[in-house]
This record gives sequence, structure tokens and C-alpha cells, in this order.
Amino acid sequence: MKQKYLPLTATILIFGLSYALCVAQYPNMLSTRVIGNLLTDNAFLGIAAVGMTFVILSGGIDLSIGAVIAFAGVFLAVVLEHGGMHPLVAFALLLAITTLFGAIMGAIIHYLEMPAFIVTLAGMFLTRGMAFVLSIDSIPIKHPFYATLKSLYFKLPGGGRITLIGGLMLFVFAVGILIAHRTRFGTNIYALGGGTATAKLMGVPVAATTIRIYALSGLLAGLSGIVFSLYTSAGYSLAAVGVELDAITAVVIGGTLLTGGSGFVAGTLVGILIQGLIQTYITFDGTLSSWWTKILIGLLLFAFILLQKGIIHLSRPERQRA
Amino acid sequence: MQTSSDNILSAIRIEKGFPGTKALDKVDFHLRRGEVHALLGENGAGKSTLIKCLTGAYRRDGGSMLLDGTEADPRDTFDAQRLGIGTVYQEVNLLPNLTVAENLFLGRQPRRFGMVDTRTMNRRARELLAEYELDIDVTRDLASYSVAIQQVVAIARAVDLSGKVLILDEPTASLDAHEVEMLFRIVRRLKGRGLGIIFITHFLEQVYAISDRITVLRNGQLVGTRNAADLDRRELIAMMIGRELATEIHSAHSDAVAGEPRYRFRNFGRRGKIDPFDLDVRAGEVVGMAGLLGSGRTETAEILFGAHRADSGTAEIEGRTVDLSSPRAAIRQRFGFCPEDRKTAGIVGDLSVRENIVLALQARRGWTRPIPRAEQNRLADHYIRALDIRTPDREKPIRLLSGGNQQKAILARWLATEPELLILDEPTRGIDVGAHAEIIRLIESLREKGMSLIVISSEIEELVAYSTRVVVLRDRAHVAELDGAQLTAHRIVEAIAATNGREAS
Repeated sequence: MKQKYLPLTATILIFGLSYALCVAQYPNMLSTRVIGNLLTDNAFLGIAAVGMTFVILSGGIDLSIGAVIAFAGVFLAVVLEHGGMHPLVAFALLLAITTLFGAIMGAIIHYLEMPAFIVTLAGMFLTRGMAFVLSIDSIPIKHPFYATLKSLYFKLPGGGRITLIGGLMLFVFAVGILIAHRTRFGTNIYALGGGTATAKLMGVPVAATTIRIYALSGLLAGLSGIVFSLYTSAGYSLAAVGVELDAITAVVIGGTLLTGGSGFVAGTLVGILIQGLIQTYITFDGTLSSWWTKILIGLLLFAFILLQKGIIHLSRPERQRA
Repeated sequence: MQTSSDNILSAIRIEKGFPGTKALDKVDFHLRRGEVHALLGENGAGKSTLIKCLTGAYRRDGGSMLLDGTEADPRDTFDAQRLGIGTVYQEVNLLPNLTVAENLFLGRQPRRFGMVDTRTMNRRARELLAEYELDIDVTRDLASYSVAIQQVVAIARAVDLSGKVLILDEPTASLDAHEVEMLFRIVRRLKGRGLGIIFITHFLEQVYAISDRITVLRNGQLVGTRNAADLDRRELIAMMIGRELATEIHSAHSDAVAGEPRYRFRNFGRRGKIDPFDLDVRAGEVVGMAGLLGSGRTETAEILFGAHRADSGTAEIEGRTVDLSSPRAAIRQRFGFCPEDRKTAGIVGDLSVRENIVLALQARRGWTRPIPRAEQNRLADHYIRALDIRTPDREKPIRLLSGGNQQKAILARWLATEPELLILDEPTRGIDVGAHAEIIRLIESLREKGMSLIVISSEIEELVAYSTRVVVLRDRAHVAELDGAQLTAHRIVEAIAATNGREAS
């Protein structure tokens, strides 16, 4: 088997194994209801994590995601409840704002040659601050269109439901996989992750690609904000703190190399599902503290970092052979 | 005798200046269709400046350039590539994490309905590489193949993109003899297709093996263009350095040094690196290490210097058993080590020449006892003068110096610690002929001062010239030791080739 599939295979095996363990203890977990809820509950995180996967594949990082989600929630709540705008118009306006915001961060990273970490950290504070400027209260959204959107679902045999937002996440993943593997833009992202200087020499449009990557991440963070707003039916500027870190975790558990250049969008989906599964297990158990989720995720993350180091170590002698 | 239609590329009276220097002074260069044209010269002669002017990396200050009979003025390397000039560098400029096919077609992948048509791309990549006798799985990452194969992929990409002129800038530096032969087969084939090929290398054997004509530059000026067949090696070297050097390289070394060994290594080795060996080194002795790539030469050096800890055997200096378990311990015993790959293991590129020179001495003193600045300046100036390191001043970042001068600065670093045993791993690799001769002279003068040296080199003639003894390695073991009358290039090659049947290049 090719070495680059090893982390992805490990992720899938771990997911399969832990699901089997969960089912062995709680046979009820083997139902389409649980799977449907897993998708719905993690939809906003999954959509944001697709954007994060592209950013990390290119060798960067985007810390602004959680703040953008919170900003989106407050923005939607304010314009819907106080402005009387139709939600679809508000959605379009929001996505335009967050995409532009991402593009600006990408442009700063490229043209000023600043580390993505600092630029997106600044972006994180800026957006979180903007959310506070709009409102410091938690604003419930009672627009009837929200109720309509939330009532849409696809019924699975066995009583499970793929809700609109769960389905949207799967759709975003499908498009993400296509972009990563079947477009020149996708190859250029991997090329940047392999080495910016070399990519430039080989004719990759580095500026355009970098800007597009962060714009895409901004767009998906905005979309994730819409989904989060639908999911919670409220906008609150302190919501979604640390979601960017959950997204990074999902990307790494999904087998993407943090240094860029290697990994799969599909792996991130499995990474999201593993995190969701652990949470579901703890809910089923009922006696465990929810902090166990964090502990298990932390251990998994360590295991994957070790696995990646091991793979890099194994592939090195092969590279040096002249 | 030349009409313009013979030449695929003509550069006429090219001029290029940098502040303070004239890098190219009215240089003419003509490349014919279907020829391999070697471009030679010392470092700083203007080879790379000329190449950069041809490929658009620099804008020339004066002169004109005809490509295929029409005036050409590439703005940058992409432009040059579009016009038909492709370049392949020593460090493969491809992306290791992409597949071979993606590397070949990056930026021009075949598409169907807006999506990359991977199947067509892979098929075309296989077809393209078939022309280069390469039958590999193009869907695998480039990193899973050897440097030689990566080099061929780079050539295939460059030729496919440009297709008139191919510039090979030291493509063979990290290849073994077999791989060089494979590369040359491909170059000959491209030559047959009518491409003009410019070949830059430091290996003169390779120049004669492949080139039709040779152009030599010196100090930014054209020395001459000759047919390779009519130019003998001594004359070529004279053209390159402007003085007679060949006799110096082949000067006979003095007789074997007598006396008790100063260093005595017994059963020294480390599993998986190098089989246990015995080695004696006397004062005023140069011990050469010969063998093919991967035979254990570098591993021997690293184990002696403590870069890898020995897991068997003992080391003695003048009868005392000493500890060589780390480079710090070795430095304490007055050992010095110039590693082979100076870019990654030797120089600190952004530090100045002075800082690079005092680095090892400072490390030995410990960071709590800084060397006074005046003393640093004195040391740096002394070695810049003594080793003729060409730098405008001692505060210049070392990465701006040429390879030969960097090598001399690293030598200076270890000489500043006044070592008693100096280990040099390929001290003359990748540097020009002039600096080459200076380093060899330096090795001889250090030996005359009573220092012990261990020198690893792939150039057997060179080892014969300065070694008092040569240890031959094969398959990670010391297999023979030659001295006195036995010490000839022929005997060394025989010893290397003894059982495994591989010819040394």
C-alpha cells in the first residue's frame, strides 16, 4: 500500500473499531437515528473543518474560524430580528463578507509575507470583537423561514433523519473532495504544501492560490456560521469559542500532515465522526463527565502525531537514497 | 564558419554588472542544434551569471541574444521556458509530495468538463517517460523515487515545456556512476532530437564523456570555445585557472611517516553503520578513505567524531583511553570535522564569515566565556588572509560566498580550534578547480606542520596525491590499507572493485 494512505487507513480503522466497541456495549447505537444525529450535531464543525483541511494542506493555519462562526450567528440574528431582511438575502450577504474577509487575510499572508498563524490570530480577535460590537446579548432567532429550513429532512430506514444541515455537510465534503483531487486549484494547494519556493518555480500562481485558499476557508466558516445559527436558533458573540481547534484536531486525526502537502479531505470527515462518536458514547453512558471527550481526543491526537512522525521517519531513508 | 542557422542559441557580447564588479564582460556564446556544449570556469568566472541572463533570471545590461534566429529577451524564467529554454538544477526543483504525473503536468493538467482528467494525465505521463526509457508508476509520489529518477522527470518536464534548449546545471553532483551513465544516455538521445544542451559540471571526466564543444569563462570574460576532442585536459585546466596546476595535483607525496601512532582505534564500530575497524594515525600523516558512495566512509568519520556513538572498541590518544561519545567530547580531544554537505551540516548561512569562523572555538570555550570581539576579528582576518577566502569583508553573510570560499571558511573554523586530528569529508566536492588546488595545498601544509588528517574523497587521483596511506572501504567495512609503493590509483580501484565487481568511476 502506498505510504500516503497509511494515516487515512488508520483513521478509518480506529473509527470502525470504536464504533464496534460502542455497539458491543450499547447495541442501540447501531441505528440510523444515531448516525443521523452524529451528522446533524457535527455539521457546523465539519463544514468549517473542510476549509481548515485546505488551509493546512497548503502549509498554513486559520485560527479565525470560531470567531467567524460567532460573528455569523450574531450578524444573522441582528439583521433578521432587527433589520427584517429575508434570511436568504442575509445568508448571501454574510457569505460575501466572510469570503472577502478570508481573501484579505490570504492577501496579507502572501504579500506581506506574514505567518498565517499571526494574521489569522489577528483576524480572530477582530471578528470576535465585531460580533460584540453588533450585540453583547444572546439573540434568539424566531424567523418562520428558520422553522421551515429546520423541518426539512430526508428520512432514513430505521427512523433516522438526514437533516438539511447534516446533508449540507456531506455535500460540502463531496465538493471538497472534488476540489482537492480533480481541479488544478486542488493540485496547486498540495503544491504549496510541498514547498512554496519550488511551487513558484514550477509556475504555480502562488498569490492567487493563497488568497483563494483563505477565501474558501472564510466562505466555509461563514457557511458553518449559518448552519450553527440554524442549529442553535440564536446568535451569541461568545459562542463557538475554540471551534478552530476542534477543526484542526479533526484534520490531524483525519491523517493530514500539519506541515502541509499530504492528506485527504475525506479523512477529515472521519476525524469529525470519531470526535462525534466519543461524545455520543459519553451521552449514552450518562455517568461519565463530558471532559472525558477532551481527554480521549487529546490521547488520539497524541497517537496520530506519533504515527505521522513514524511515517516521516520511515520514508526518510528512501528519500536519501541517491 | 558558423552561419546563424547552425546555432539554435546565440548570445553576442553579453554584459552584466553588479555594484563593484563586472560579472560578464562582452561574452559570446553559441549553441548549435544537436550539440552538448559544456560551460566551464572557476567559481566566480561568470557561468551562473551567463546562465541566469540566458534564462531571464537576470536582465542583461548589454548585448543581444538570438534564439532560433530571432531576437529574444526573456523577462523571467517562465518567459524563457515559453520561448524554449528549459533548465534543470542540481537540487531537483520538483514537488516531492505530488505524484510523478502531477509534477510533469502541474499547471497544464488535461481537463474534461472542468475537472482534471487524471486518467489521461497519467497515460500521457507514462508515454512521455517512455521516451526516456523510464517505466515507473506515475501515480506514486515523486519522493518515493531516487534522485536520479527525479532528475530524469525534471528533464522530461523541462524538455516537454520548452523543447529547444536544455540547460543542465550540475545535474550529476549527487548521482553514482551507473546513474550518471543513464542520464548521459538520455542527454545523447535529446541531442539526437536536435536540442541544444548546455552542460555545467565540476567533473572533467564527464565533460569529456558527453560534450562536443567546451566554452571556458574566467573572471567574467570568454577564454575560448574549443572542440572537446581537440582540447586535452591539461590545456583545459590551464584555460580555466590561467596557471599550470595539473603537475601540482600529481606531485608525489612524501614517504610514509615513521614513528608511534598518536591515535589508536581498536575494534571501533557501530552496528548498522560500520563494521568494527582498527585504525592508527600518526602525527604528520594524511590517511585517505576511498570507497564508493555508501561504502561507510562518512560513517567512519562520524563515528570517530562522536556524531554516532561507537558501540564497540576503544580509542586511545598517545596511550590514554579517551571518550569519544559525542562531538563535544571529540572536540575536547582536539578533533575537528568538516562534514560533506556544507549547506546542511556546515555553514550557518545567515551568520557572517567571522561568526562562522569562531563558531567551533566559541563552542569549545563554552558560552559563558565569550571570545573578545578584537580577538574574533584577529582570528577571522588571519584565516581570511591565510586561506585566501574571497570576501569583501569579514562581516558578509557566508551564504553570499561561493562554494569554494564557504568550504575554506569551514576549514578555518576548525583550524581556529587548533585541532590535532582533522577529519575532512569530501573537502573538494562541488568547488572549482582553483579552490580545489588551494585546498589540496592546504592539506599538505597542515600535514607538514605535524597535524594528523583523515580525508575522505571520491577523487582517487587526489587521494593518491596527498595521502600517506589510504584505507579502502567496501560494504560498510574497512577492507584494505595501501601505503608506500602500493599506493596507486590503479591499486585503489582494484581494491574497491575486488569482489563486488562494480567499477569505480
